[in-house]
Amino acid sequence: MGITRDEVAHLARLSRMSVTDDELDALAPQLEAILSAVARVAEVAAADIPPTSHAVPLTNVMRPDVARPSLPVAEALAGAPATEDGRFRVPRILDPDE
Amino acid sequence: MTDHPTPSATTSAAATTSAVAATDVVQLTAAATAAAIAAGELSAVEATQAALDRIAKVDHTIHAFLHVDAEGALAAARSVDERRAAGERLGPLAGVPLALKDVLTARGMPTTCGSRILEGWHAPYDATVVNRLRAADVVLLGKVNMDEFAMGSSTENSAYGPTRNPWDTTRIPGGSSGGSAAAVAAFEAPLAIGTDTGGSIRQPAAVCGLVGVKPTYGGVSRYGLVAFSSSLDQAGPLARTVTDAALLHAAIAGHDPLDSTSVDVPVPAVVEAAGRRDIRGLRVGVVRELAGDGYDPGVQAAFTAAVETLTALGAEVVEVSCPHFTYALPAYYLIAPSECSSNLARFDAMRFGLRIGDDGQAGAEEVMSRTREAGFGPEVKRRIILGTYALSSGYYDAYYGQAQKVRTLISRDFAAAFERVDVLVSPTTPTPAFPLGAKVDDPVAMYLSDLCTIPSNLAGGPAMSLPAGLVDGLPVGIQIMAPPFADDRLYLVGGALEEALDAQRGHALLDEAPAL
Repeated sequence: MGITRDEVAHLARLSRMSVTDDELDALAPQLEAILSAVARVAEVAAADIPPTSHAVPLTNVMRPDVARPSLPVAEALAGAPATEDGRFRVPRILDPDE
Repeated sequence: MTDHPTPSATTSAAATTSAVAATDVVQLTAAATAAAIAAGELSAVEATQAALDRIAKVDHTIHAFLHVDAEGALAAARSVDERRAAGERLGPLAGVPLALKDVLTARGMPTTCGSRILEGWHAPYDATVVNRLRAADVVLLGKVNMDEFAMGSSTENSAYGPTRNPWDTTRIPGGSSGGSAAAVAAFEAPLAIGTDTGGSIRQPAAVCGLVGVKPTYGGVSRYGLVAFSSSLDQAGPLARTVTDAALLHAAIAGHDPLDSTSVDVPVPAVVEAAGRRDIRGLRVGVVRELAGDGYDPGVQAAFTAAVETLTALGAEVVEVSCPHFTYALPAYYLIAPSECSSNLARFDAMRFGLRIGDDGQAGAEEVMSRTREAGFGPEVKRRIILGTYALSSGYYDAYYGQAQKVRTLISRDFAAAFERVDVLVSPTTPTPAFPLGAKVDDPVAMYLSDLCTIPSNLAGGPAMSLPAGLVDGLPVGIQIMAPPFADDRLYLVGGALEEALDAQRGHALLDEAPAL
């Protein structure tokens, strides 16, 4: 086991987070130390143990399907970094060549 | 005003019967403040102004507050005074000031979560907890500091600088609800709301000499609580007394249709339980695994003395083994980062918060990556990457899958223990507050702060930290754990133990805190 600097860089890309070389140098050994501390979970949990994802036994909580008032557009957009015509304005999502 | 609380003021309601001089107002408990307001001996505006004056005087040293809403607080207080004068019957916390952890949304105030990525953001809606506080006429003083997105045990991970422990300003106030704990311990507010994902209410309460409670998961709505680890996060009270914590707990708890994980069961009778003060015959289990290596001898001694007091009060104390508790910390540091990596994907620079690099040329992914690089601090980045790793195909079964199985084993340990005993007890933290900076570069050492508190988050049950005593002048706590939805047992045991420990030392622990 072990986590390499390249793997950390790949995980950062998957997480949509730029990281500097200095950050990679610091993160790789820290994550390695954390992973070796948490790997102990493999010691006890056998195949016949069901997983718990949630402490409360609730499934498929529904509410009545009725229309309710929602936030006015101006309030919903008040915290947006950029808006246009009552919508969120975002940077381009496709490469120019595509 | 006297900076040092006088012994009787914090411990008894008797202080209200004397003049309620402005100098003593900030030292009153929440219950005593509300009683004085209801009796017309004190106005809500006076109580609020006293808190604001105290903040102005000491917060440059403590740095608990990120935002003080003096105008909103005084307006809320005036409304209480006007309605009381008109003969309206008000609730048990009407006019009492409160500090709100900056991870809960409140209209009219910024919500930063201690992060640069939300700097200056104002939520367009109130969290359900905030709604209920407003409905109870609690006066919101403002927002208090925290580790970024509630990830940390020291409040040093805040993008806005650390908060300091009022007992020793060179030390951490705990975290992530360090601002909440420091505000109450520094007499800036009698009450605070914190949130607890792995101990973030109980550990700060322990190291600041306060009562702090993580309610049963699903007992308090998470609507408007910015999610870190959705299956673990829970909001709860911090206060100077068990009764104050119970009053606040009762005010915020109860089913909320806006949170699909909120459970529709009656709120346990926590206020009544806090006042019962009789634990004869109650069965108390000391968790064998939450002791030994890594536990400060002083912490262990204070804990043992508190357990002896429980015996003296008539409780039947036995030792109980919960063999899988030693795997709780590793399981938590897989589950919480996994959920965090998913939850924090919403900070994408598109709909709210910071946006960096949007120059008309850069694409959305590049803007996202640059914004998240600039907006998140080191601990948040560590956990996002760790969670992304643990959820990756090829590693999922070995890490996240195994951690979920450990979670089952821990719930089974609790269930088996609660067949034999009514509550479990342990130290709240392995050590007293450590110096600022001591563990910032050693995440694994920092994580050990949560060793005793994590099992209750994983299994969902409620738990309280109560001041046990001092170790070299620093407070330490005893943790009480109960089965899900038996939150009243925490208050039953806490109320009786608090009364006995206060009687032993002749005053409340917080009366020994140094003047600021």
